[in-house]
Amino acid sequence: MSVDIETVKRVAKLARIAVDDEEAARMTGELNAILGFVEQLGGVDVADVEPMTSVIPTAIKMRQDEVTDGSKAEDVVANAPAGDDNFFVVPKVVE
Amino acid sequence: MTDPSLTQLTIAQAREKLAAREVSALELTEAYLAAIEAANEALNAYIVVTPDKAREMARASDARIAKGEAGALEGIPLGVKDLFATEGVHTQAASHILDGFEPRYESTVTANLWADGAVMLGKLNMDEFAMGSSNETSYYGPVVNPWRAEGDNKALVPGGSSGGSAAAVAAWLCAGATATDTGGSIRQPAAFTATVGIKPTYGRCSRWGIVAFASSLDQAGPIARDVRDAAILLKSMASVDPRDTTSVDRPVPDYEAAVGQSVKGLKIGIPKEYRIDGMPDEIEALWQKGVEWMREAGAEIVDISLPHTKYALPAYYIVAPAEASSNLARYDGVRYGLRVPGGDVTQMYEKTRAEGFGREVKRRVMIGTYVLSAGYYDAYYLRAQKVRTLIKRDFEEAFAAGVDAILTPATPSAAFGIAEQDMDADPVKMYLNDIFTVTVNMAGLPGIAVPAGLDGKGLPLGLQLIGRPFDEETLFRTGHVIEQAAGRFAPKRWW
Repeated sequence: MSVDIETVKRVAKLARIAVDDEEAARMTGELNAILGFVEQLGGVDVADVEPMTSVIPTAIKMRQDEVTDGSKAEDVVANAPAGDDNFFVVPKVVE
Repeated sequence: MTDPSLTQLTIAQAREKLAAREVSALELTEAYLAAIEAANEALNAYIVVTPDKAREMARASDARIAKGEAGALEGIPLGVKDLFATEGVHTQAASHILDGFEPRYESTVTANLWADGAVMLGKLNMDEFAMGSSNETSYYGPVVNPWRAEGDNKALVPGGSSGGSAAAVAAWLCAGATATDTGGSIRQPAAFTATVGIKPTYGRCSRWGIVAFASSLDQAGPIARDVRDAAILLKSMASVDPRDTTSVDRPVPDYEAAVGQSVKGLKIGIPKEYRIDGMPDEIEALWQKGVEWMREAGAEIVDISLPHTKYALPAYYIVAPAEASSNLARYDGVRYGLRVPGGDVTQMYEKTRAEGFGREVKRRVMIGTYVLSAGYYDAYYLRAQKVRTLIKRDFEEAFAAGVDAILTPATPSAAFGIAEQDMDADPVKMYLNDIFTVTVNMAGLPGIAVPAGLDGKGLPLGLQLIGRPFDEETLFRTGHVIEQAAGRFAPKRWW
């Protein structure tokens, strides 16, 4: 499978990365090189093979249902590029 | 005045001198700070040096030594890859998008090191978000390998993504360093700089507080001057951590005790699939030497087959970008780091991510988004995860047949030049660097790279040993045999 420039622009939109036409054209070539490389997986017989979900067999850990952390609003917002009174500030979303 | 010879000590040697009070932790730290000051402009291994913090930690170490309360790494100065969260200190995964980020918490791995008395010298350069094999994708510029070809001044890459860690250890700018490995990012730079690097079994070191790249593949480990030092560091880094659900609940063994143990009777597998087309004769010859060394030490050599080896790299380039595209969705200009204003919130996201991510990171996020997008999931991601099951099965069958460890080359070449044209033009060329290391991540196994010789140009080459899950001890045993036979290698100082 290969991608065209329109697909690249659509994927960039999904990934929330702004690209101009020149960049999209360059990426099309690069992405097709990578997709061409992974194409060889099509030659592997994977019938009746389970997909890997966990590389080391482990049971999901259980813990007590209790509060172990929290009340750190200042720490949480400390690195925000824009904040106000322990809230994150973003451009207007709702008119 | 500082004594430059102090930086030549291994961790084991420094530990003895500190215990005997022949040197203080502060003197040792000052020697490293002076070495960094003199070398970092040329090598660019450190992004940030933290001299005040280092001196404060060293003084505290001296106080504990005086009281007889020294920890396992008391007073040992270490460098930390920029991927590890360090409280109040630059943690940006060498990316522009994390500009100014100083976490309010400490990663489990680094917290373990400080609890054992280690001293932090600063944060080490790396490929952006650990995506790269040459350290050239860093926002802070490439790291220069302290090794150069004989009679040639050309700057070489130290490998990646833990290029700063490997270069700093090789150039005596820290006694040891933390690193991480998603497809070879500890072992490949170790091989390029004649240092020892081990990627432990998935789940051995906590991932808590390590900036995530591909969560099912990422593991932390040390880069050190020799096998013993790597064992000492891994003992402190590894732990059982309730804050990482994939941290495995097994006690951490005393890895150092394995160093020097006989390998007599161990079965070492040689996988024929690692003999790839176009592999330089020197790598093949080095591999044969490794076989001889193991045989002379009393190990039994057996030929094995890992038939799905060649599919590991293509499967990796689906799984890793898919997980990365999901993990990196959090960088949106809202909670931390860079924000580039836009007309509305979506434009703000798009502009922030366009400016904040470098080319390689964008490429991988794009691939990941594509293979996970509607209609392609089964063809790419699901198939890759099935292939991964087959890769793991190959190893399981070899181990079930009695193989204790597998010996392979670490990399398909020695260090190459910075800004090499053909690598720049074709991303897949760069990816091929990880051809011998990536299988290990796909199967979650431990792997160690040990320096084994120099090529015709005088550049280091390494061998890799792959072990059973949680059998890092056999890797330290067998790795030590290679080290003893091959000898030690150090770069000629030019910086």
